[in-house]
Amino acid sequence: MHMNLNEIISLSEGEVLTPELNTDVNIHGGCCADLMSDVLAYSRPRAVLLTGLTNPQVVRTAQMADFRAIVFIRGKKPQTETIEIAVQENIPLISSPLGMFELSGRLHDAGLKSYENNGSD
Amino acid sequence: MDPTRPPTEQEKFGRHRPLTDRDAHEINRVEELSYDLKVREVMAANVITASPDMPMSGVLELLRTNRISGAPVVDGETLVGIISLEDIVRALQKNELSEPVHKYMSTQLVTAHCTDSVVESIKTFTEKGLGRLPVVDEDNKLKGIITKGDITRGILLAVQHDYKEEEVRRYRVSHLFEDIISDRTTLVLRYNIKAGDFTHGGNASSHIKRALLRLGADQKLARRCGIAAYEAEMNLIIHTSKGGILKLEVEPHKITLSTTDDGPGIANIEQVLQPGYSTATDKVREMGFGAGMGLVNIQKCVDKMELDSAPGKGTKLVMRIIVPPETLNSQKG
Repeated sequence: MHMNLNEIISLSEGEVLTPELNTDVNIHGGCCADLMSDVLAYSRPRAVLLTGLTNPQVVRTAQMADFRAIVFIRGKKPQTETIEIAVQENIPLISSPLGMFELSGRLHDAGLKSYENNGSD
Repeated sequence: MDPTRPPTEQEKFGRHRPLTDRDAHEINRVEELSYDLKVREVMAANVITASPDMPMSGVLELLRTNRISGAPVVDGETLVGIISLEDIVRALQKNELSEPVHKYMSTQLVTAHCTDSVVESIKTFTEKGLGRLPVVDEDNKLKGIITKGDITRGILLAVQHDYKEEEVRRYRVSHLFEDIISDRTTLVLRYNIKAGDFTHGGNASSHIKRALLRLGADQKLARRCGIAAYEAEMNLIIHTSKGGILKLEVEPHKITLSTTDDGPGIANIEQVLQPGYSTATDKVREMGFGAGMGLVNIQKCVDKMELDSAPGKGTKLVMRIIVPPETLNSQKG
């Protein structure tokens, strides 16, 4: 089942770090990783990325792999460069106080599919 | 028939050919649209309504003159009920056509919200077996009415719109390659990548991906090239002594990405192609790279990868991607 990003924001008790970007976005699935190469190798487009990393490479990775949004776990806040690139590339950033397991569990329970499979779609 | 000719899809599979990537893409797009399109974008906004105090005979007249089978009942702008032909029949049986609408209207309302995705309404239609839904805003004010037909029409219009945009985009692209006549036209984009410049890591790949999309590559092709370029760009940043050059060459039927650097070079090429083999520092690993998957990822994304290196001299990585016939401008010009 697809999920609106606004619903993901509310389930993750998240704070939107890019208020200038539209969050009425349709998300097809979820993927979590702290290893950017894993994200590039094992993800499918149009998903949300859950990660504990906050450097600008995370946004670049998300952009290359066609992610639609990024949620930073455990209340992490990225540096300014990360936010700037995200705004420029139109990838909304959210900071959630939850841990990776809790957050993935909530989204999965609410019907969001895993997009971690190695689909070439 | 030429016996050496391979059978066509139709000959091989009859009428029911398997789904191709392109079909899957189209289906995906319609599904996507059902989430992207909002009820307010497809609903009919001009609705014929009844008021709670009008007599049932008035409703009968209203339905007859407009040739409809039911109407929402609004008090001011607020939706309070629905009245249908069935309710009129009930009133007729009791000879109560002069009674007010609110006595016979149905107040158990199933509605759609104007900000809902169209897919929500599709679910409601399926679950409740209804033919039309009144559309309200957050204050329960009536904004319109939606039928299954409205949804189909809305999605078809959106698909048509997409298609037109795609056509315009392709036209623009085909211009670039078709207006310039040569025996072999190649567009070359070159990027200088600095060693250790993590902050800008990915900028060049980002430009490459955008350029390909602008040239008419579909999302899938742009994603493959983007990922390969990005891994290669990060390799230059992480592993070279003085940086290197990332190059994109676009031709009508193929895309070539390559990186060149002048050191330090790779001693054992077989080793670096092993998944998980890494010489990256902790700093690099903290950034989510250096897991020894870069070249493996690149191999997955491209059709052909060649790695050539000598210690002390440098490394050249060439990645070739064949452009599927219907993307870029390689279709008949």
